[in-house]
Amino acid sequence: MDLDAIYMIWRRDLVVNWRDKGQLIGSLVRSILWLVVLGLGLRAAFRSVGGVTFSQYIFAGIIGMTLLFAGVQSAISIVWEREFGFLRELLVAPIPRGAITTAKMLSGATWALLQGVIVLALAPIVGVSLTPLIVAEAIGVMAIMAIMMTSIGIVIASRIKSFQGFGVIVNVVLMPMFFLSTAIFPMPWLPEWLRTIMMFNPLTYAVDALRTVTIGLYDFPFWFDLGLTVGLAILFGVLARVLFVKEI
Amino acid sequence: MLQNPVIEVNGLTKRYGDFSAVDGIDFTVGSGEFFGFVGPNGAGKTTTISMLCTLAKPTAGTATIAGFDVAAQSDQVRRQIGVVFQEATLDNRLTARENLAFHAAVYHVPRAERDARLADVLDLVELTRFADDIVDNFSGGMRRRLEVARGLLHSPKVLFLDEPTLGLDPQTRNRIWEYLRRLADRDDMTVFMTTHYMDEAENCDRVAVIDRGALVAVDTPAALKRQTGETTLDGVFLKLTGQAIRDEDVLTNKHMSRIAAKAKGGR
Repeated sequence: MDLDAIYMIWRRDLVVNWRDKGQLIGSLVRSILWLVVLGLGLRAAFRSVGGVTFSQYIFAGIIGMTLLFAGVQSAISIVWEREFGFLRELLVAPIPRGAITTAKMLSGATWALLQGVIVLALAPIVGVSLTPLIVAEAIGVMAIMAIMMTSIGIVIASRIKSFQGFGVIVNVVLMPMFFLSTAIFPMPWLPEWLRTIMMFNPLTYAVDALRTVTIGLYDFPFWFDLGLTVGLAILFGVLARVLFVKEI
Repeated sequence: MLQNPVIEVNGLTKRYGDFSAVDGIDFTVGSGEFFGFVGPNGAGKTTTISMLCTLAKPTAGTATIAGFDVAAQSDQVRRQIGVVFQEATLDNRLTARENLAFHAAVYHVPRAERDARLADVLDLVELTRFADDIVDNFSGGMRRRLEVARGLLHSPKVLFLDEPTLGLDPQTRNRIWEYLRRLADRDDMTVFMTTHYMDEAENCDRVAVIDRGALVAVDTPAALKRQTGETTLDGVFLKLTGQAIRDEDVLTNKHMSRIAAKAKGGR
C-alpha cells in the first residue's frame, strides 16, 4: 500500500472540507435542529420511553443521522471531483487505484466521525450524562458506523453520474433510511409492517448499539448490534472498494 | 529515423462502438523534441493524448513511453510523464504551494528534494509571490501557469499538454512557451502538445496533423509547407484538412463521450 499517498489524499480532503465552512455549519445546524427542536418540541406530546425523555431517546439517532449524511455527502463529493477535474490529476499519478479508494474511504469516515463527535458533545443539553468510558465506547461505535456510512456513500456515488443526483439521493435513500430506523421512533410504538422494514435497515442496529452505550436503552443485545454493524461495515467497505476501483 | 525515441506509437486505435475516434496511427517522438499535434475539432487529438497518458485503453495497436507500454505498464508510464489537461484540474480551495506539495507527494518526489523542487517550478512560472494564496483567487493565466508548474514538478521525461494555451492572452502564451523551451533545453524533456494555434505549431520541431482519426502528415513545419506549396502553416492545415467547419464532429465527440461514460470502457 502506498501509505504516503493515502495520507496525503486523506489530509487534503480534510483540509478542503475544513475550509468549506458553509457545508460543515449547515450539517451541524441540521443535527442541532433535529436534536433540540424535535426533542424538546415533541417532548410533551410523547410518553416517556423506557424511563428516558424523548430528547434522550433520539440522541443516538441524531448522531446516527449526522454520520449517515456526512459519510454519504463526502463520498458523493468524489463524483464532483470526477466531473470537475481534480480526480483526473490523481488518475494519471503513479499510485494504485486501490490507494485512492482507501484514502477516500478513510477521509470520508474521519470527517463524518468528527461531526458525530461534535454532536456527541451536545449530550448535556439533552440531559445525557457522559463519562470518559461512555465517550470512548461511543466513539468506537461511531467510528464503525462512519466507515459503514461512507462505504454506502461510495457504493451510491459509483452508481450516479452527476452531482445533481445528490438531492435525489437524500430524498430516496437517506431520508427513508433515517425515518425507517429506530433513530427517532421507538420500535414498540410501531405497527408490525414498519417494524419489519426497520429490521432490514443497517442504521437500526448501529443506532441501537450507540443508544446502548450512551443511555443504556436497547431493542437488541449489544453484541448482536455490534457484530452486525461491524459485519455490514466490512461488507459495504469491500463492495465500495470493488465498485470504485472499477469506476475510476 | 530518430536517434532516441521516447514515444513510439504503432497502429494505435480507439473505437467507441462503430465509431473510430483514432484509427491506426503510427508516429515516433524523439527525446527532447517539441512535438505538435494539430487537427480540427473532433479529429482525435484528445483521445490520442488520453491513451498516451494511460487514461484510456487502446482498442488496438500499441504505444510506449520511454519503453513502457501504456496499457500493460501504466504505473511505470505514469512515473515518466507530466500532464496538463485541457480543463482545469487544480484544487481551488488549496493554495498554490499546497497544490504542488500534494502533487509532489503522490508522485513520490523524495522528501528531501520537495522544497527545492517547489521553489524551482514556482520561480519558473513566476508565481513565487502568490505561493500561499488560495487558487480560487487566481486569474485564468495564473492557474494555467500553476498547472504547467505542477506538470513539471516531478521532472517528467515527457510533458503532455492538451491545448494548454486555450483562452490565454498572447503574453501568457508566450511565457508558457518560454518556460517549456527552457525546460526542454535544460533537462532534455520531450513536449507533446495539442493546439489550435498554428503560430504555436510553427514553433514545434515537428508537427503531426490528424484528421478523422487518421494521421495525414508528420514532419517539420518547413517540410510541411514545402510539400503542400503553402507559405503558412494555416494554409497547410486548411489544405490537408479541408475548409469545412467540423460542427458535426463536435457533436459526434459529445455523443462519443456519452457512450464512453455509459460503457465506462477505456480505463
